[in-house]
Amino acid sequence: MSAFVTPVLLTVVVGLIAAVLLAVAAKFMAVPVDETAVKIRECLPGANCGACGFAGCDDYAAALAKDPTIKTNLCVPGADGVAAMVAGVLGQEALDVIEMIANVQCSGVCDATKPEMDYQGLKTCSAVKSFFGGPGTCKYGCIGFGDCTRACLYDAISVCNGVAKVDRSICAGCGACAKVCPQGIINLVPDVMRVHVECSSKDKGKKVMDACKAGCIGCKKCENTCKFDAIHVENNIAVIDYAKCKNCGMCAKECPRHIITVFPKPNVKPIVHVDEK
Amino acid sequence: MSSGKHLKGVHVNHCKNTAGVQIIPMALPEKVYIPMSMHIGAPCKPLVAVGDHVKVGQLIANCDAPVSAPIHSSVSGDVEAIEVFMTQNGRPDTNIIIKVDGKQEIAETVKPPVINSKEDFVKAVRDSGLVGLGGASFPMSIKYNTKPGQVDTLILNGAECEPYITVDHAAMLAHAQEMVDGMRTAMKWLGIARGVIGIESNKPDAIAKFKSILSGADDIKVCELRQIYPQGAERVIIYETTGRHLIAGKLPADVGCIVSNVTSMLKLQQFLATGMPLVTKFLTVDGNAIARPQNVEVPIGTMICDLIEFCGGIKEGVEVKKILLGGPMMGRAIPRDDFAILKSNNAVLCFDGTFAQQNKETACINCGRCVNGCPMNLMPARLSRAYKDKNVDMLREYNVMTCMDCGCCTYSCPARKQLNFEIKQAKLLVMEDDKKKKAKAEAEAKAAEEAKANEQKGEAK
Repeated sequence: MSAFVTPVLLTVVVGLIAAVLLAVAAKFMAVPVDETAVKIRECLPGANCGACGFAGCDDYAAALAKDPTIKTNLCVPGADGVAAMVAGVLGQEALDVIEMIANVQCSGVCDATKPEMDYQGLKTCSAVKSFFGGPGTCKYGCIGFGDCTRACLYDAISVCNGVAKVDRSICAGCGACAKVCPQGIINLVPDVMRVHVECSSKDKGKKVMDACKAGCIGCKKCENTCKFDAIHVENNIAVIDYAKCKNCGMCAKECPRHIITVFPKPNVKPIVHVDEK
Repeated sequence: MSSGKHLKGVHVNHCKNTAGVQIIPMALPEKVYIPMSMHIGAPCKPLVAVGDHVKVGQLIANCDAPVSAPIHSSVSGDVEAIEVFMTQNGRPDTNIIIKVDGKQEIAETVKPPVINSKEDFVKAVRDSGLVGLGGASFPMSIKYNTKPGQVDTLILNGAECEPYITVDHAAMLAHAQEMVDGMRTAMKWLGIARGVIGIESNKPDAIAKFKSILSGADDIKVCELRQIYPQGAERVIIYETTGRHLIAGKLPADVGCIVSNVTSMLKLQQFLATGMPLVTKFLTVDGNAIARPQNVEVPIGTMICDLIEFCGGIKEGVEVKKILLGGPMMGRAIPRDDFAILKSNNAVLCFDGTFAQQNKETACINCGRCVNGCPMNLMPARLSRAYKDKNVDMLREYNVMTCMDCGCCTYSCPARKQLNFEIKQAKLLVMEDDKKKKAKAEAEAKAAEEAKANEQKGEAK
């Protein structure tokens, strides 16, 4: 009989002592938690992408709870919904979030441009960049070894036919890909802007002609077409002023190199499902 | 001398096909393209304008920065253009393009320098335009501008441990006496008591030649090095000849040594004797795609395609798949053959497809061959892993900056991992991180200073 009683008793007694100890510890050694920060954290998506400029969602929530001057609309992936909830927790007026989206400014796919060398070294963009600026004939374009793909937390960017391509329905606009691109050709643009110049070459027209079938030659046709003075050729490349652009797409129709792309209207972002009750 | 222990390395196939072949001067090309950045440090600024007539040995570019070397014209002719385009370093650079007139008139400024003091000697070294010709292209005048009593050993590097390259060997056979004279002059002006000539034991004729010249002399000794790559690396040759350790971030002068390549010393002696600065370069042209492998004296700025043409061009029916500047261990592959020869080049190797294929990489099996091959006692496989994780702290912990890019790890890896390439990238990563940290520390210091100044202002009020 005692063979059962002793162990059971022992376990119960040890359990009781541990419970008391834990209860005491929880009371006296508790770390003070900012209730507001916890509430804000619950609103945030939890992707830890860093688009807000903080180390992650926890960091942003803590900063918001502490410092009332920090804006509530910094979470780009969460968009308006999250911003409204965060503002609600803090009792502030909801601010509008400018949804951003990554855009790769290169259309030099494998059919358009040829590699200059048969590169066999490390297959990362940052490594190949240090070797004659990349294997391609154009030294400004996408290298295509996918540093951006590896950096993306949402699987929104992939290399298709030699050039990185953003899936605009998934991209959260956190900018992780733009940070790692050694060519600096991934830009964050407002989601509402639909017309983009998909080339980054600052070379002169003739050199671009030789290097790539889909490169801006600086012919200024777009500049002359635009009624809103929104597109200009600077440094041999057409640049759109997003403050003036009206998304009419006239420049895209005129472009002889077909490198100004008009994207379809922005979608509702499906990544963060925010309950807006 | 050597403590009996040796640094690690790898046994490589020497492939010295051109061993003992005399150096022949190259026929003048039509044009030369002289870049402004042929040394470590600030690039030079052109001193000539388009249309100017230049002569051999004329100063055509210079720079005020302390770490730099002047550039002289290697031919006589007219400056055709000054343009910016990509050089073999992989960066765009200003180039002076000179159309050769074939007369090779020598400039009036070319006369032997008068040397009465150490300062004169260091100035003469700078005026010669010499950089480390072994490949590092570190301006020689900086190397020789030592504090009194700091250096006690002058090491002449004739190891030539890279496969294929034989120019230093050929130069040693032809000009041994001049090299020894140059060494004695340098030792006299810099107050150095001891000279060592390090030669790998696969060049017995060169060793015998120096020994016969130096028989009876006790100021300079010949040190026979083992046939293990990389004996010619600066840190390795210092250890093998003097037993001193040169750690990362230090210069040879910090351990009391100056290391000079044999050809650098020869060119220095020739400058002191004739006043002709560095305008030509000895090169080995070899590889299984070259019709007539040989050693050539090339005017600096010659296009590589012209040089290959001079060596009989490419073998018939062979397609060049890989061109290397320098040896196969540390050399750099180039994507085209229209680059100019720089001061630091010592070989052009052309290979066909059989040598150009990178083997497929497999998984690391932790065999430790890279560790056994590393002369600097690093753990390349660990470094590679830390690089893949972008773990800068771990890279520092494993002393990534000690790596000297000798390539022994990549050579010995049975999994065909490109360890050296990864470590090179890792070093860039660490350097970037250092820069960031420095900028941050500076910003913080500035902010603290401003805060202090504000406080003092407040107190004053």
